[in-house]
Amino acid sequence: MIAESGHYALVLALALALIQSTVPILGARWRDPALMNVARATALAQLLFVAASFAALVALYIVSDFSVVNVYENSHSTKPLLYKITGVWGNHEGSMLLWVSILALFGGLVAAFGNNLPLSLRAYVLAVQGWVASAFYLFILITSNPFLRIASPPIEGRDLNPVLQDIGLAVHPPMLYLGYVGFSISFSFAVAALLEGRIDAAWARWVRPWTLVAWIFLTLGIAMGSYWAYYELGWGGWWFWDPVENASLMPWLAGTALLHSAVVMEKRNALKVWTILLSILTFSLSLLGTFLVRSGVLTSVHAFATDPTRGVFILLILCVFIGGSLSLYAWRASALKQGGLFAPISREGALVLNNLFLTAACATVFIGTLYPLALEVLTGDKISVGAPFFNLTFGPLFLPLMIAVPFGPLLAWKRGDLLGAAQRLTAAGIAALLAVAMLWAWTRGGNAFAPLAIGLAVFVIAGALTDLAERTGLFRVPFATATRRARGLPRATWGSAFAHAGVGVALIGIVCETTWNSEYIATMRSDDVAKIAGYELKLDGVTQRPGPNFREMQAQFTVSLDGRRLGEMTPSKRNFTARASSTTEAALLTRGASQLYISLGETTADGAIAVRIYHKPMVLLIWWGPMLMAFGGLLSVSDRRLRVGAPKPAKALRGLQAAE
Amino acid sequence: MTLWFVFALMTVAAIFAVLWPLSRGGRAQSEGSEAAVYKDQLSEIERDVANGLIGSSEAEAARVEISRRLLAARDSQHGPLMASNTGLRRSAAILALVGLPILAVAIYLPLGSPRLGDFPLAQRARAPDVAQPFDNLVAQVEAHLEKNPTDGRGWNVLAPVLSRLGRHDEAVRAYRNSITYSGDSPERRSNLGEALAAAAGGVVTAEAKVEFERAVALNADEVKARYYLGLAAEQDGRTGEAASIWRAMLAKAPPEAPWRPLVQAALARVGGAPAPALPNEAMAAAKDMNDTDRDEMIRGMVDRLATRLKQNGDDVEGWLRLVRAYMVMGDRDKAISALANARQAVANDAERLQRLNEGLKNLGLDG
Repeated sequence: MIAESGHYALVLALALALIQSTVPILGARWRDPALMNVARATALAQLLFVAASFAALVALYIVSDFSVVNVYENSHSTKPLLYKITGVWGNHEGSMLLWVSILALFGGLVAAFGNNLPLSLRAYVLAVQGWVASAFYLFILITSNPFLRIASPPIEGRDLNPVLQDIGLAVHPPMLYLGYVGFSISFSFAVAALLEGRIDAAWARWVRPWTLVAWIFLTLGIAMGSYWAYYELGWGGWWFWDPVENASLMPWLAGTALLHSAVVMEKRNALKVWTILLSILTFSLSLLGTFLVRSGVLTSVHAFATDPTRGVFILLILCVFIGGSLSLYAWRASALKQGGLFAPISREGALVLNNLFLTAACATVFIGTLYPLALEVLTGDKISVGAPFFNLTFGPLFLPLMIAVPFGPLLAWKRGDLLGAAQRLTAAGIAALLAVAMLWAWTRGGNAFAPLAIGLAVFVIAGALTDLAERTGLFRVPFATATRRARGLPRATWGSAFAHAGVGVALIGIVCETTWNSEYIATMRSDDVAKIAGYELKLDGVTQRPGPNFREMQAQFTVSLDGRRLGEMTPSKRNFTARASSTTEAALLTRGASQLYISLGETTADGAIAVRIYHKPMVLLIWWGPMLMAFGGLLSVSDRRLRVGAPKPAKALRGLQAAE
Repeated sequence: MTLWFVFALMTVAAIFAVLWPLSRGGRAQSEGSEAAVYKDQLSEIERDVANGLIGSSEAEAARVEISRRLLAARDSQHGPLMASNTGLRRSAAILALVGLPILAVAIYLPLGSPRLGDFPLAQRARAPDVAQPFDNLVAQVEAHLEKNPTDGRGWNVLAPVLSRLGRHDEAVRAYRNSITYSGDSPERRSNLGEALAAAAGGVVTAEAKVEFERAVALNADEVKARYYLGLAAEQDGRTGEAASIWRAMLAKAPPEAPWRPLVQAALARVGGAPAPALPNEAMAAAKDMNDTDRDEMIRGMVDRLATRLKQNGDDVEGWLRLVRAYMVMGDRDKAISALANARQAVANDAERLQRLNEGLKNLGLDG
């Protein structure tokens, strides 16, 4: 009954989405408040039914009901409870259900908290959400139904891919999807504005919190995915320029550009048409990412051709939504009132520069990702575009952007003073030069590029601090006044300072890890000692032990520095019998922001074991940076100006209780 | 019945979600407006000025700009909301009341399996054993061995079952474990060899042959191993050797030995026209067949062999068997085309090519 109820709830959600996508539009056309309000109720009800459907699938996984094909194919009764739950979205069907659940969640949030929107805008936005949702419900029900049944269920499931049996699966896909799908809201707002034929500065403010939330989750999702790949795949790499990774990076770049251009629109009523286009593009890239990952086109163009139903369906969705919204844009954008003009040297000028670089960077990633696919389709040749291409194209685009980052916040709106900004950044520049000089002296030659890049990162961080110091008047006015000003500073200002500093922090991590990473690869026996970056790692022994659904070979290492014992590291190799495959579980030892990393290879016939040991200096900064960025985003979301027109506190409280 | 009741409740809830806002159509609605945003922007400027974040002249300019936007927003404001139109609301309500359930049922019925109840594992594990399908019992034994992999007796039981179910690769693993945990024996070795051969589609591979040889080394009279060694010789084209092995077996065999007819048939085969070799179950089955069926079965096996070679052409013995089989079946054209394919498949490997050519010479198909 659970399975069938979940299935039926999904069908009802589709029916509601279809009503949500038609009735409110008619209502908005005829200015009929009752019809417009249907959008709100159906969006909330849709969320309820999808949530029920998702909960049903989770329940089926927990009780190991193998009469459901999806559970049989991706679960196993001996799997730990956590992985039974995360296994729900560790496969195609379940992850699509998570996708639509999050879509419905965002629709429900707009319905519940969109009281500050004009009624007709809210109706249009929710109707567009309804279109997207209907398309994906149909996709799930027709081609990837997670609730299909087996009449005589097998006694045991086929188990989840062992690489996915990790805490990373619990966090990464939901975060990433919250980001991907969150951009559907800015898309819906853009299409709604085009349908209404009206757009102005207020629009940017209404759409900002949604874009920010999506951006925060996408940032965290990408960072989390990168860390997961780092410790799970056993190679110590954290970014591979893999098409799947690029698919998430592209919406992030476009979304970052969108965040910045929306600020210009909000403050100066300019860049309106461009912002609309970016909103459409960002979500289009999210859809493209979904297509790339979910259609199987990446494994091989030919695999896609042999089982085309899914791929063709998503391709169809992709064409209808991207093509449809872009045609609507081409048709209606000229009718929108253009915004004001502005001087090139100004805050808005700097933000346009930022947009240019970010979209260009996004375009290079786009080409690098899709060119091999297009080539394979047209000529059948298989090529891979890897790190060298991206380092040559993406790098040069990001360097000038990084130099420009500290200038932007220091320039005034309308007419900026570049010289003045440069003067105020002198301190940051000096800090950067000092860092370069110190590193140069410390490393003596080596890679000349690395100290420069770190200097740049220091410049970005110091620039963010300078911005805060300038605004609060620190060092110029008495300290008490400065703290008072700091408290009065809009949270968005704090947010952008944190986010910009985060970029610098991540850059330091990236440069340190790629330049001063050292590795030790050898075959070791018991009591062998490996020396790396001053650390001594002694292999104490190798033991076999059974896990819940795997057997494990675990090696014990004792780590010491200058004869002082630091701790134990226990990397292991796990053998999963149900899928007859194995995974390596790397062991990590964190020292400050640096890490020691051990991963096991094959055992030789005489009992020795292949071992890869890495010392990765400052590697954690790569992920602390994005966390700082996301924290900045969070501060920005909590800014009071984004709460404009929200109901009075008492009323909001009542609303919340009603929603429970 | 409960299921349909639940469905009905859910449908009613969905319909209610559409009807509810329609029923409140006339009420005044609180809605946000652009003016509210601009007013807030104005007060934001006041705050910034108070905190000393922007200068007074910049603040004045910004104020003018925002006020202009505020006026524009007031001008372009939509007219007041119309009172809701009853006709429209009725048609929307009808859509929800009729369209929604029809659509839901029309989509659900072809996809869903409403008659199928839930099968949580815990409930099924309690079910009495006799009611369980054979597969489930096997799965339980497998699960038991998963937890206690050193239970040799368990592997002894499981291995032949897997063999019979046609899960040859797993049977091979099971026999290996059985040898590891409950000791080596000629029977287990030859069973392992048989499973290996079965996994290779009836071909006695080098790996299988090693197992049979070990079995014979442990017990020179091990019947199954010797039979298969004969088969291996036959498959390699050494029919004379095969015949002598089988002849020796028959000479030693007690008259009532059940395997006598099988070996005699095999001997007749190599003595007379060399036909494609069959694994013994297939052979046993072939005995009870009429000529057409047997022909068909042989053709099926030959086709399977041809397909396998198409995928992996490294197997020289396989190619030889295929060519021989076509010759026996009187299909000379196919034999010659198979020969050409074989040459092509091993062309890159001088040693294999040489073996192939020698084999072909023995078949009398030189060039």
